[in-house]
Amino acid sequence: MKRYSVFAIAREALGYHQGWERAWRSPTPKASYDAIIVGAGGHGLATAYYLGKNHGIRNVAILEKGWLGGGNTGRNTTIIRSNYLQNSSAAIYEKSRSLYETLSQDFNYNVMFSPRGVMMLAQTHHEVRGYLRTAHANSLQGVETQFITPQQVKELCPIMNIDGPRYPVLGALWQPRGGTGRHDAVAWGYARACSDMGMDIIQQCEVTGVRSEGGRVTGVETTKGFIGTKKLGIVVAGHSGQVADMAGFRLPVESMALQALVSEPIKPCMDVVVMANTVHGYMSQSDKGEMVIGGGTDGFNNYTQRGSFQHIEETLRALIETFPMLSRLKMLRQWGGIVDMTGDRSPIISKTPLGNCFINCGWGTGGFKAIPGSGWAMADLMAKGEPGPLAAEFDMWRFREGRFIDESVAAGVAH
Amino acid sequence: MLILECPYCGVKAEETELSPGGEAHLKRFGPDSSDADFEAYMFARKNPKGVHFERWRHAYGCGKWFLAARCTATLEVFGTYPAQSTEPPVEVIDKIKAKRPDWKGFK
Repeated sequence: MKRYSVFAIAREALGYHQGWERAWRSPTPKASYDAIIVGAGGHGLATAYYLGKNHGIRNVAILEKGWLGGGNTGRNTTIIRSNYLQNSSAAIYEKSRSLYETLSQDFNYNVMFSPRGVMMLAQTHHEVRGYLRTAHANSLQGVETQFITPQQVKELCPIMNIDGPRYPVLGALWQPRGGTGRHDAVAWGYARACSDMGMDIIQQCEVTGVRSEGGRVTGVETTKGFIGTKKLGIVVAGHSGQVADMAGFRLPVESMALQALVSEPIKPCMDVVVMANTVHGYMSQSDKGEMVIGGGTDGFNNYTQRGSFQHIEETLRALIETFPMLSRLKMLRQWGGIVDMTGDRSPIISKTPLGNCFINCGWGTGGFKAIPGSGWAMADLMAKGEPGPLAAEFDMWRFREGRFIDESVAAGVAH
Repeated sequence: MLILECPYCGVKAEETELSPGGEAHLKRFGPDSSDADFEAYMFARKNPKGVHFERWRHAYGCGKWFLAARCTATLEVFGTYPAQSTEPPVEVIDKIKAKRPDWKGFK
């Protein structure tokens, strides 16, 4: 792999930019691999990357039904934060956030991580108490957050109306080291690095069945034929239930549509990320100037990657109250992704009833921020066969045993 | 927009009038059941990509719970029926079978 640098740009300019190589190979699948990851989204690619980088397992294939990073990785609102309530969540999300800080250097590929700060508005007294509790929990967990006053909110985000009639801003949970990243670049950076380690990223290759023998997976049936493997990792977000069904077990997961939208590009007006959970909306401004807006999920099972229009209406109605200047903005695009929701709104990184099959799912509405940490923990689990400290609490049997990692209060809506 | 006909009041209600209530026909397991049964009742869901049976409430209408058969992959609605049903009525099953010949059945 040729490194990207200022000298590379100069060198390629001399050749009219005809010499740039493809960022990753598109190989045909081999007969078998040491490990197969199903799903080449952020989490799947990150799992493969850390399998190679941390554990030296490089005979790996990553199978993708559509195109690389075309699911929720390309559909989220790119927010990165780690101000969670429970210790096990804070640990994995903070690991993830800290990995994001050096990801561009690690990849030699700019993921445009922008630690611009994330604030979660408290607009009811209940939320004030909740976020004060989270701030105290975060200081015990070593996650830097603080509860700030409405005046500080106004200083950080002057376009906000802090004394609206229905939901005045009573304060905010502020994480200065949170921010945003370029979602596609995260997937592309991981893909380039995986390909460079000799891993095969096979796109347009849908898994149609899981073959197992004596409680162990021997390989997967795909639209490009049977591929054998010693270990299988299922990292398919919204379609986790489908692939788990092929492998013969059930998950405590339901798939729903979550929508986002962007406005027309405008001049820079907001250099922080604002989340308003009471009114179901969150917003940041992209580098192109678009306001990137996310809302809540539809409450029913859905695989269509389209959401209900009234949710967009609700989100915008709420945001206009908090940001009156938005009222005259035109919205450019709107889309949906299928998120996999668990009962306690925390993910599953777990062994399965099949000995050499592992699953990473249930990130629900907040997977993008967790990509590096999730991949790190999943690679650990796949390489050793037992979960490391990051994944230990996130097994799928916690629902039977009542060990919930309850983030539905801290992050039930905006994630 | 999703439109479901309320089997009680006969109103063709659109989504903003309704509130979703999750998977239908779950068998309830209480305190004396095994851990596995209780977990399955509480958390394990079919979550199918295709034909699905759901609970809905006509929240801004007659206020009653009812059940609906719907396709999660196309958002097509096959029919609605009263909440007291322990399994989908024959006419709904027939309608689904006519439109989805490869459907594996209710169980």
